[in-house]
Amino acid sequence: MYEKSFPFVHLQDNPCLGGRVNLVSVNPTSYERYYMSRLIKLAAIAGASALVLSGCAGAANEETATESTLSGTISGSGASSMGSGQEAWIAEFQIANPNVTINYDPSGSGAGREAFTAGGVVFAGTDSYWKDEELALEFAACAPGTKPWEFPVWISPIAVIFNLEGVDSLNLDAATVAGIFAGEITMWNDDAITSQNPDLDLPELSITAVHRSDDSGTTKNFTNYLEKTAEAIWTAGTIETWPTEYGGEGAKGTSGVVDAVTAGNGTIGYADASKAGDLGTVAIKVGDGYVSFSAEAASKVIEASSLVEGRESYDLAYKIARDTTESGVYPIVLVSYLTGCNEYLDAEVATLVKAYASYIISEQGQATAASAGGTAPISASLREKAQAIIDAIK
Amino acid sequence: MSSQAPVVKRRIGDLVFSNLAIGSGVAILVILAAVAIFLFAESVPAFLSEQDAAPDGFFAYVAPFLFGTVLASIIALLIATPLAIGIALYISHFAPRRLSQALGYSIDLLAAIPSVVYGLWGMLVLAPFLNPSYLWLNENFGWIPFFEGPVSATGRTMMTVGIVLAIMILPIMAALIREIFLQTPRLHEEAALALGATRWEVIKMAVLPFGKAGIISSAMLGLGRALGETMAVALVLSGSGVITFALLTSTNPNTIAANIALQFPESSGTYTSLLIATGLVLFAITMAINMLARWVISRRSEFSGAN
Amino acid sequence: MTTASVTQNFQGSRSLPKWLAPTLLAVAILASFSINSALASSNPEATQLNLFAVALVAVITYSIGFYLASRIIEGQRKSADRLVTILVTGAFALAVVPLISLAWTVVERGAARFDIDFFTFSMRNVVGAGGGAYHAIIGTLEITGLATLISVPIGIMTAIYLVEYGRGALARAVTFFVDVMTGIPSIVAGLFAYAAFVVIFGPGVRMGVGGAIALSVLMIPVVIRATEEMLKIVPNELREASYALGVPKWLTVTKVVLPTALAGIATGVMIAIARIIGETAPLLIIAGFTASTNFNPFDERMMTLPVFVYTSYANQGSDAQTYIDRAWTGALVLMLIVMILNIIARLVSKYFSPKG
Repeated sequence: MYEKSFPFVHLQDNPCLGGRVNLVSVNPTSYERYYMSRLIKLAAIAGASALVLSGCAGAANEETATESTLSGTISGSGASSMGSGQEAWIAEFQIANPNVTINYDPSGSGAGREAFTAGGVVFAGTDSYWKDEELALEFAACAPGTKPWEFPVWISPIAVIFNLEGVDSLNLDAATVAGIFAGEITMWNDDAITSQNPDLDLPELSITAVHRSDDSGTTKNFTNYLEKTAEAIWTAGTIETWPTEYGGEGAKGTSGVVDAVTAGNGTIGYADASKAGDLGTVAIKVGDGYVSFSAEAASKVIEASSLVEGRESYDLAYKIARDTTESGVYPIVLVSYLTGCNEYLDAEVATLVKAYASYIISEQGQATAASAGGTAPISASLREKAQAIIDAIK
Repeated sequence: MSSQAPVVKRRIGDLVFSNLAIGSGVAILVILAAVAIFLFAESVPAFLSEQDAAPDGFFAYVAPFLFGTVLASIIALLIATPLAIGIALYISHFAPRRLSQALGYSIDLLAAIPSVVYGLWGMLVLAPFLNPSYLWLNENFGWIPFFEGPVSATGRTMMTVGIVLAIMILPIMAALIREIFLQTPRLHEEAALALGATRWEVIKMAVLPFGKAGIISSAMLGLGRALGETMAVALVLSGSGVITFALLTSTNPNTIAANIALQFPESSGTYTSLLIATGLVLFAITMAINMLARWVISRRSEFSGAN
Repeated sequence: MTTASVTQNFQGSRSLPKWLAPTLLAVAILASFSINSALASSNPEATQLNLFAVALVAVITYSIGFYLASRIIEGQRKSADRLVTILVTGAFALAVVPLISLAWTVVERGAARFDIDFFTFSMRNVVGAGGGAYHAIIGTLEITGLATLISVPIGIMTAIYLVEYGRGALARAVTFFVDVMTGIPSIVAGLFAYAAFVVIFGPGVRMGVGGAIALSVLMIPVVIRATEEMLKIVPNELREASYALGVPKWLTVTKVVLPTALAGIATGVMIAIARIIGETAPLLIIAGFTASTNFNPFDERMMTLPVFVYTSYANQGSDAQTYIDRAWTGALVLMLIVMILNIIARLVSKYFSPKG
């Protein structure tokens, strides 16, 4: 069919861009050869513009063959911490349901919650649960008067990373970590550090503490840990914006912190554990022992934590037990929530959100997240509670 | 042909064309008014709300960022302007003709590199490269307030930001200045040459006076970009809310645009308004700087080549 | 310049011997090398020789030596010329070093993923390795194209108004506010476009055309400023000659003034495009982020190359290197797109400019 309508441009099975178009036939007939030289330019131009204009010029990997009955597009936005998880979830979900498109803007928790409240997106990811005053607002995407659900889907340990020649692991307690980041402990051979690491020969080198210069859930969770465990030293409380008087070096985003720590000598910082790479990491003192970060140790802290009081049954906001003394628990974790409407204005959207959220909390979805972002999977009991909330979505 | 017809025709063409031109001018005013109204409306809640996003007041909040913005831009402009004039002169008057065209094009290309990439390059390549020089400067000239210690361990300092911004605005400035130098009336240059002037004297007498307004104009364009640059500064600078002239430490004043970019994604409510209000301040200083530049140019307008 | 000095120049026209420049350069490098190593050995903390310092001292020594030699042999005027030549060439070299380093970084790191897949695959359903920026390339071309379509006519017409027609309060106001516009931070332009679209289409709107509007706000002042400068330096004699022949003003502008300034205007437009094509912040806000291809700038999210570069770097998955590779290749492609546009602009100005 193509050949008849355009004899000199032979299109293979897939007429989409990607070197899959033969502009000139391989074995031209004499008729073709006669016109070829004159028309070759025209054909090239027409072919190129046809590719751009025709609807079929999708990317080579965007082909559809479907068994699933789901279709449509939903968009969410929010926490960039779970960006790599959403990317993996979306990919798997879209492969299973080719007629579905899900978008996730990793634009930040605050931006995500605000966009959700305004009705711009139908689900959001957030590093901090809804504040009471935010819940008092009207939610434009939800049925009038209804409030959103939320539950944790992304439990990621935060590693304290450092770059110090010849040292791979350090033992530190909360007070020392707080002292370092508050700018009170300034040398690597400070007694507070050497006394906890008798086997190490620490150099007389000044410490450069690297923190996030952008507001982030990682900083919030990290400082929340410091506030709860070393209040006497860390007086700034749970914060997103680093206090100027604490000094140190600011870097943008997790990758910025990792790059700054890697580039310097005697640097220390905090970042999502999956990005720690080859850098040295700190084992944190919990109870009587020192615990290195791991997915298992991070998931234990959720089990040790309790729900925030005074919330609806569909609002699983956790108060993390930072000051736990249970052995083998790693208390510096970032918990990211998924949130959406209990009752959507549009039934099709509700169906899609239900399917997608069920997938995210499923064992497979959590395993995908673990491989994409080194997170700890949610527990079976939490999954049960979350599934009940999802089933009730209208 | 009657004598009246062409007159009428002329009037219609002129009328349409001049109205189009005026319309475009008015459109600019409308767009800018819209931006200003938007900025103003969005920033009002920061001043009216009871929950205070900035506990010490708005001006205490914005002052360090304002300082940082101006400082970084001044460093950038001080470095970039002589270099841009140098590049432009080299391409227009010193380099062999074939070479100069190729050089000109390749420098234009660099204006296209996304600011994210300038940021990444500044952070990963330039900062570690410059840090030894900072240590040296601090050791030998530490008594100058600009080079006070303690020197940053990573090189992500105000000085590096100034240099990155200078490199960012160089291609734009150099390209514009080059075009202006190339337009120097050939008669002026030839007249100077005929008098036995050396190349430098030709430049001094014919090229520079002719291009003076244009140089200031392109410097203003460069400054505009330096003032408003967001991503590169956000990536390179280790910034916070301090006011200091020390250029080589880890503690630097952030710039307004970078601060907005860093805090905006996680902000909500009055804090968002506060950030947009700082954008309004940036708007205001740009206005002030441009007024100054215009005033300088108008004092020098007798040099303009056209009239 | 007096006749006397010219005569003097002719009489004293002795020039520097040819061997002087290379010899002087060698001496300067040697001297700089020895000074620096002496300093380095006296300073126990300096572990290695700072090549940057060596080069700097060498160049300074060479310049001073050359200038003095020329001053003694050739006289004051010639030596000033020599000094300026060295300074200008030096400025050029100094500026080119970081620019080359930057370009090299982009090319070197971008080469890893510079393959067919990058141009034919989007990121839909891609996790970790593989994938490409087809969706982002389409988005960047469409959004930048739209922004250019909006900005160039408005920009050029406004410049014409300012140079050819503008008198009085309106012209002063436009000139002034164009200056102000050059300073709008890109993120504010994005916020503005977003706010404007929310008013029209409701909250949470994401559209490619919104990105084009935001970019236009940034692009228009650059086009105006560049065009204005080019129009100003078109000699008045040309306009007057045209008027004297009875040509109407609008024809004079379109047939005489614009073609004369065309090369400069084309460069200006190219610079303006180059300035905005790499903008990240506004597009992140209004054009949004998506992994799929979208051809329609009037509906839903559209990916663009700068956003692609930024998010690839900022949200690295567990296989970080593949994300970083994609980011650098995205930057390289952006550079290539501008290179192609640049060549087109050169050809346009070459074929349509009057010769002279």
